[in-house]
Amino acid sequence: MNVAMSGSELADAIREIDSEAVTDQSDDAVWITAESWPDVAASLRDSEALSFEMLSLLTTVDYIDHFEVIYHLLSLSKNRTGVVKIRCGEGRIDPTVPTAINVWRGADLQEREAYDLMGVKFEGHPNMKRLMLWEGFEGHPLRKDYLR
Amino acid sequence: MTLKSEPVIVNVGPQHPSTHGVMRLRVAFDGELVTDAEMIIGYLHRGSEKLAEERTFTQVVTLTDRMDYVAAMTNNQAYILAVEKLAGIEPTPRGVWLRMISAELQRIASHLIAIGFLMQDLGAMGTPLMYTMREREDIMDMFELMCGARITNSYHRPSGVFQDAPPELWPRLEAFLVEMPGRIDEYEQLISGNEIILSRMRGIGIISPEDMINASITGPMLRAGGVDWDIRHQQPYEYYDRVEFDRPIMDESDNYARYLVRVYEMRESLKILRQCIDQIEPGPARDPEVPFVIRPPKGDAYVPIEGPKGELGFYLVSDGGISPYRCKVRPPSLLNLTLLREMVIGLPMAAMIVTFGTVDINMGEVDR
Repeated sequence: MNVAMSGSELADAIREIDSEAVTDQSDDAVWITAESWPDVAASLRDSEALSFEMLSLLTTVDYIDHFEVIYHLLSLSKNRTGVVKIRCGEGRIDPTVPTAINVWRGADLQEREAYDLMGVKFEGHPNMKRLMLWEGFEGHPLRKDYLR
Repeated sequence: MTLKSEPVIVNVGPQHPSTHGVMRLRVAFDGELVTDAEMIIGYLHRGSEKLAEERTFTQVVTLTDRMDYVAAMTNNQAYILAVEKLAGIEPTPRGVWLRMISAELQRIASHLIAIGFLMQDLGAMGTPLMYTMREREDIMDMFELMCGARITNSYHRPSGVFQDAPPELWPRLEAFLVEMPGRIDEYEQLISGNEIILSRMRGIGIISPEDMINASITGPMLRAGGVDWDIRHQQPYEYYDRVEFDRPIMDESDNYARYLVRVYEMRESLKILRQCIDQIEPGPARDPEVPFVIRPPKGDAYVPIEGPKGELGFYLVSDGGISPYRCKVRPPSLLNLTLLREMVIGLPMAAMIVTFGTVDINMGEVDR
C-alpha cells in the first residue's frame, strides 16, 4: 500500500500556502527555502487536507558543498507521509534552519541531536545544546570532514 | 515559626539500577515532589551512524544489533527493509516469513523485559523479573537455533535471512506457542490485579494523545492513549497484510494502561506467530543471486516499521558506493522521552521511577 505523497502533489499543496517556497521537487520529495519553513510547517500541520500531525523523523545530510535537512512528516488521520527537504549552508558556511519546535514538539530532541552531531543550527530553539556529546567537545562528528 | 523548604537537586543515575541503563536525570525536588527534571544522555554514545558510513551495506547489520540490544531482530529487519527499498531487492517468501517469525518473537522478548523491569522498579524485587526472564530464555534459545547467536543476532540479510531455520526449531516454537498463553495468564494473575500495582500505576503519568502525537511518541505508549496507530496494520510491510491480529487500544493513557497494552500485545504476537507457521512454505531463505557487496543506485530510502518500542526506521542515503553515504536511525526510545519532564513533574520520586519504567526505553537506542 502506497501511502507516500508524491513530490508533485506535496509541491502543489505547499505552493498554495506560499507561492515562492518551493525550489525543487523529485518523485518523492519537495525542496523548500529555509525562510518559508516556519509558516509552511504550521500550515502543513493545521490544514484540513494535509494534517501532518507528526514530525516522524528529522535528518541532516552532509553533501560536501551544502547540507540538507530532511523532514519526514506523518499524518495519522489521513495515513499519509510526505518528505520536505531544506538546502542550507551553501559552501559549508553556517548551516542554519528555523526551528520547528513550535509546530511539532517532537523536533526538540531531534534538532538538538542534529546540532550536536552535524552542526546544523536551528534558529529559535530554546535549548540549542549538545545532546549526546559533552559541552566543550570540538567539531561535529557526522560531518564528512571530521577527523578522528 | 514557619518551616522554609528549598529545592533539592538530585542526580538520578547514570548508575542507578532503575534507570534501565546509563541514563542520568537531574531532578529538582520540593520535599518529595518533582518540580523539574532534565535528562542528560550520551553515556552510551558509540557513534553508530558514523561507523555505518565506513562499512558495507551488509556489514552494517551487525551495528544495528547493538542499538536496541534487547530487540536486535527488529533492528535488523528495519535496516534490511530500507536496504531492499534502496537497492530494489526482492526478498524470497520463506525469507520474509522467517523475518516475521523472528521479529514477533523479539517483540515478545522485548515486552517481557519491559514488564519484568517495570516490576523491579515497583519494588517487586526479583520474582516477576525471573518469571519473564524464564520465558525470554526460551526465545533466546530459539534464536540460537536460528542463527547461532542469542542477543546480537545479525540474522537478516538483503533478500531474506542468512540461513534457513533448522528442523529442530519448529517443535520448539510449537511448544512455546502452546505454553506461552498460560504463562501470560500467570503474569496477569500475579500482577494485573495486584492491589499495590493498581494503586501505584493507575491514574499516574497521564499524558494526552494530542500531546503524544505532537511530540512524535509512537508504539505501545501511543496505543495506551487511545490512538489506533500500528504501522503493521496501517502501512503493512513484509507480509503483515496476510496475517490477522487485533490492536489493543486503551484510553486511560496512564502507567497501568501502558503496562496492559504490552501484555495484550504479547498475545497478539502469538496469534501472528501461529499464522506465520501455517503459511510458511519450503524454499530458499535468501536469494543466492544477491551478492554480499551491494551497490544500490544513488538515492535515499526510509522504511518505518512497528518496533517493540515504537516507530523504528532507517533513513539511508547511497552515493552509488558499497557503503551507506548516510545512515540515520529513527530511535523510538529517544523520541518517546520527549515529554518525560512533563510526565514526571508533580510526582513523588517513587512514582517518577515507575513512570520512567513504563516508557520502556533502551539506552543503546537512545544514545546509539
